[in-house]
Amino acid sequence: MAYTFLEDVATADVAFDAEGEDIDELFKSCAEATFEVMADLTTVGQDTEKKIILENKKVDKLLYEFLEELIYIKDLDCILFSDFDIKIKKEDGIYQLEATAYGSTINSEKQDLKADVKAVTLHMFEVKQTKDGWKARVVLDI
Amino acid sequence: MDTERPVGPPKEIKKINDFTWELPTSYKKGMNVPARIIASEKLLKQMDFGVFDQVSNVACLKGIQKQAFCMPDGHWGYGFPIGGVAAMDTSDGVISPGGIGFDINCGMRLVRTNLTLTDAKSKLKELNDELFKTVPAGVGCKGIVKLNKTQFKTICNEGSKWCVENGYGNKNDIKKTESHGRIEQADPSKISDKVIKRGLAQLGTLGSGNHYLEVQVAHKDAIYNQKIAKTFGITKPEQIVIMCHCGSRGTGHQVATDYLKMFDNVMNKYKLTVNDRELSCAPFSSSEGQDYFKAMACAANMAFANRQVIMHRIREAFMKIFDMSESDLGLELIYDVAHNIAKVETHKIDGSMKEVIVHRKGATRAFGPGEKELPAEYQEAGQPIILGGSMETGSFLLAGTQTAMDETFGSTAHGSGRTMSRTKAKHEVNGEELQKNMEKRGIYVRTKSMAGLAEEAGIAYKPISDVVDSLEGAGISKKVAGLTPLTNVKG
Repeated sequence: MAYTFLEDVATADVAFDAEGEDIDELFKSCAEATFEVMADLTTVGQDTEKKIILENKKVDKLLYEFLEELIYIKDLDCILFSDFDIKIKKEDGIYQLEATAYGSTINSEKQDLKADVKAVTLHMFEVKQTKDGWKARVVLDI
Repeated sequence: MDTERPVGPPKEIKKINDFTWELPTSYKKGMNVPARIIASEKLLKQMDFGVFDQVSNVACLKGIQKQAFCMPDGHWGYGFPIGGVAAMDTSDGVISPGGIGFDINCGMRLVRTNLTLTDAKSKLKELNDELFKTVPAGVGCKGIVKLNKTQFKTICNEGSKWCVENGYGNKNDIKKTESHGRIEQADPSKISDKVIKRGLAQLGTLGSGNHYLEVQVAHKDAIYNQKIAKTFGITKPEQIVIMCHCGSRGTGHQVATDYLKMFDNVMNKYKLTVNDRELSCAPFSSSEGQDYFKAMACAANMAFANRQVIMHRIREAFMKIFDMSESDLGLELIYDVAHNIAKVETHKIDGSMKEVIVHRKGATRAFGPGEKELPAEYQEAGQPIILGGSMETGSFLLAGTQTAMDETFGSTAHGSGRTMSRTKAKHEVNGEELQKNMEKRGIYVRTKSMAGLAEEAGIAYKPISDVVDSLEGAGISKKVAGLTPLTNVKG
């Protein structure tokens, strides 16, 4: 698993560390972690897809906006996402994200639901490039 | 990325009295006022260090008056500690969305009934099943009230008033709600289309996490102030009451998200600096500060309406299960309070009355006797305070005091306060076992998530009696009744 939930961080909420060999994988890990908070993703199908297009000069702000958009769509359309195709390229100093999120309508009878995520916070929010790839820390408001 | 956190106060802490501690302005550069922690020595020593760091950062905010506070249920949060209270001058002080949180007007509602434990005991399981069916809860829960965008905006403006006018309550409900269920500064033109779309289908829903709906009993040996209990509507031994804890749902979450992003960018414009980016703020009198406050008020009104619709559903469930009329059941609101909010209030500061914007982040208003907003029947007693404990240990009903008005901007704690992270609680506790265990102890639980249930286990919270004793010791709240859970609906 490319993410770890942190026991000793965020008393009332949930924090995770995620990683990826490249930036696309990091974003995918973060998205999966966010939705794993809400449901056992092995119980969430992929009969629906949503496309997301975003851009930002800063990669950490791009991640924040991406996760925020996923949480918004979750409430708007009542969908949980269990898989993601993500492509991020940098052109003229701007990171451009094109993603497809695959999921299914929220259904408590069929899915093993957990806790609702209200928002991504900026608390300890960090994205950094390391010699092995990319890492992020995110705290979600529950 | 260090995760280690020490526990207990820094050496600079000073004792003001047995339940009030202070970090002086010399503790940290930039503190405009001291930071006070209301707590017994025992609770103070158990508080994570983040509390002291955060409350002293709050004390640096521009325009802050008297002291920054953290209540005895405090733990670290975003910018403000949970349990944080701060009042800034409305003319030259700031408003900080982190001082309100994502779940704007998360709050508590307590309803009394004419039923006793004897009346209800044989029907508790059936009642809880009916409440679980009737009040949508959990991830993705949708409300039963179908709204269009115009109605949504009207509710943002009118709060509980819209509900009563549309058949979801009565005038007494409005009288017994903080701010009469409507913060008048609300302006729906200040909320984004995303807010409307996100919140549209969620009116009358519980949500998840630490939100719940409990049927409780006020045992006769847990009535600490007979006179005030009677005033509040607890009039017979072993009386059944109902408590609901929830907030503004997606409406509030999106308002907070939208404005936190905006405020992150607005600080430079007003040459404001903060120690923690989560204290991002704007002058209350600025266009940005006012826009946020008006949008916050919209979300707050949606939360009042949310709890009002849920109470309507509770009434319907009780009428069905007990086959009694509403008037025979005596299902009346004791009070509804917010515990994530900012309010414009007038308080005595340095001998004269001053208008301030009071931020309460995981803290409850505790107006004392004689405050004019309180209904006539509560003038002598003071405002009811509803403190939610863990689902295993119970909750408390208290009353506001003049000392709270004098010392803490009419504020008190909001609940037990967590001591263990959700992630850790899930590793320590099995949800199914907990549910069975609670049923053996006479507490029926229905939940949409066993993992969510485990996260809310009693061991993850401070003992509420310690919190209540600290509040009483400090004189800012008066114990009225302890409330023991009988049933629980969790999202």
